[in-house]
Amino acid sequence: MAKIERKRISSRIGGFFFVLPSMIAVAIFVYGMIAWTLNISLTNRTSSAVKDIKHVGFKNYIELISDARFTHALTNLLKFTSVFMVGTLISGFIMALLLEKGIKGEGLFRSVYLYPMAISFIAMGVVWRWLLNSSQGADAGGLNLILQKVGLGFLQNSWYISPSGAMYAMALPAIWQMSGYVLALFLAGFRGIPDDLREAARVDGASEAKIYRYVLFPQLSPTFLTVLIILGHISMKVFDLIVGISGKSYVTDVLAVYMWQITFDITNYAKGAAIAIVILLMVAVVVIPYLRHVNRSEEMH
Amino acid sequence: MSSDLVDLITHAPDPRNKRTRLTGTAKFWLAFRYVSLFFILALIILPIYVLVINSFKGRTGVTLANAFNLPQELNFETWPMVWKQLSAPMLRTLFFVVQSSIISAIIGSINGYVLAKWRFPGSKLVFTLFLFGMFIPYQAIMIPLVQFNKAVGLTGSIYVLVLAHVVYGIPICTLIFRNYYASIPDELIEAARVDGASMTRVYRSILLPLSVPAFVVVLIWQFTSAWNDFLFAIFLTGGSPKLAVATTALNFITGSWQVYYGENMTAALMVSLPTLLVYMFLGRYFLRGLLSGSLKG
Repeated sequence: MAKIERKRISSRIGGFFFVLPSMIAVAIFVYGMIAWTLNISLTNRTSSAVKDIKHVGFKNYIELISDARFTHALTNLLKFTSVFMVGTLISGFIMALLLEKGIKGEGLFRSVYLYPMAISFIAMGVVWRWLLNSSQGADAGGLNLILQKVGLGFLQNSWYISPSGAMYAMALPAIWQMSGYVLALFLAGFRGIPDDLREAARVDGASEAKIYRYVLFPQLSPTFLTVLIILGHISMKVFDLIVGISGKSYVTDVLAVYMWQITFDITNYAKGAAIAIVILLMVAVVVIPYLRHVNRSEEMH
Repeated sequence: MSSDLVDLITHAPDPRNKRTRLTGTAKFWLAFRYVSLFFILALIILPIYVLVINSFKGRTGVTLANAFNLPQELNFETWPMVWKQLSAPMLRTLFFVVQSSIISAIIGSINGYVLAKWRFPGSKLVFTLFLFGMFIPYQAIMIPLVQFNKAVGLTGSIYVLVLAHVVYGIPICTLIFRNYYASIPDELIEAARVDGASMTRVYRSILLPLSVPAFVVVLIWQFTSAWNDFLFAIFLTGGSPKLAVATTALNFITGSWQVYYGENMTAALMVSLPTLLVYMFLGRYFLRGLLSGSLKG
């Protein structure tokens, strides 16, 4: 017995050594580099010409607040996030409602609904750029042309080049891409509900609508939370989608694109790092409580 | 973790009471569902439909007005034109993506095995710290990573991307394997342990042979995300044409406004084809990888 016990302890430590390389890698490349980014964001390294690099406290962050371009990008991001999250949530949920009872051909619908997740947005941006073409009337193309053809011509607009509506237009391709993912999560949610619950409500004489409202929907609240977290953190990081469609255009600027320009084109590392930390904090606020929640519910099992 | 999400999703309830005649309202709802489902299907197919049809209209054959119409005659001229520009970047992408996916899978398998079956004190914390790495915006590590590559002399080599995808793939690959191994009964391992099998022995002779599905999931996931990646590529290769990968080359081609629609759309389709084909044939495994990202399956 003692021998087995000893063996078990030694192998537990053995396990540690097998994971150690990854632990070191994550420690350096994730946590170490985040710390280093934070460090850069507190310095005066505002161009590659700065030779005497020293710490300047929160100066870069304070300057961000009064940087009109930054607040513009942040406002844009929030606009985008609100429409994207609500739109994706609703469309994914409707898809799940249509499919959850099972229907002939479900596999086909499911596969097609999910394909946008497998394609790069740099590629799909090419089509979306064209679908969201701003010309209207006789020159219309893309969605404007379709709207005309189906008699909804009054809905035509200049999409992603419109100063006021650009970010809402940008949410369209994002909703297109992510709805299938939300569908999958909700479908799993629906199908994880034991059939007995439905049956019991039915035996009690509840109408189908009531069964959904009072029996099924409440069971989906954990899924709902998951969906919100997933969409939220993806939205904060949105980058490919914007670059793929409108490049570095001012009207569709968001934090990730602004950070890219500042770092890459202007090589202002201090400011780029500060923007990066802001994005990180926004993501962390959403994700850390979620990780704790997942951890806790796992412990209960 | 809850029961397997993919099985849950793909396991549709039996269409009940097949033999009984549908009542009027039931018929209406069934028709309503089909109409809605096909309508959504059309919306979702639309972008890829536009890409496909317009890639066969030749270089100058695509106009704003005809872009939704089927080509009047098939014209393949844009394909070789675009291939000439994209072949080198696409082959380069394939070269690094295959390597990074295989390395990621091996690392993920080892980590997942230990974290599921040979937990050590603190392993739970390690796992949670790994998971957070999955969600971070990569902007938050990008500047130091560029500096690191410069310092170790990796700049100018495609291995900057192998390194990035392997290292930042550790969290998701570990997670997928850990969940997979957690579903394998402990008794199996317990029995081998009592017989005196070592940790590595149990891995090689019991778990590894059972791991094929998890390997497929991880390989597909890493392949798709590295192939589609733009952020690491644009930061780490510095836009150098020598290191152009599929997405950066495509962005370069289509970014200039002079290029014709026909050529652009063919280029976009060409870059999408590898991941699209993988999705068409191995979609179930892709879905599994995708859902692991939600930490639920």
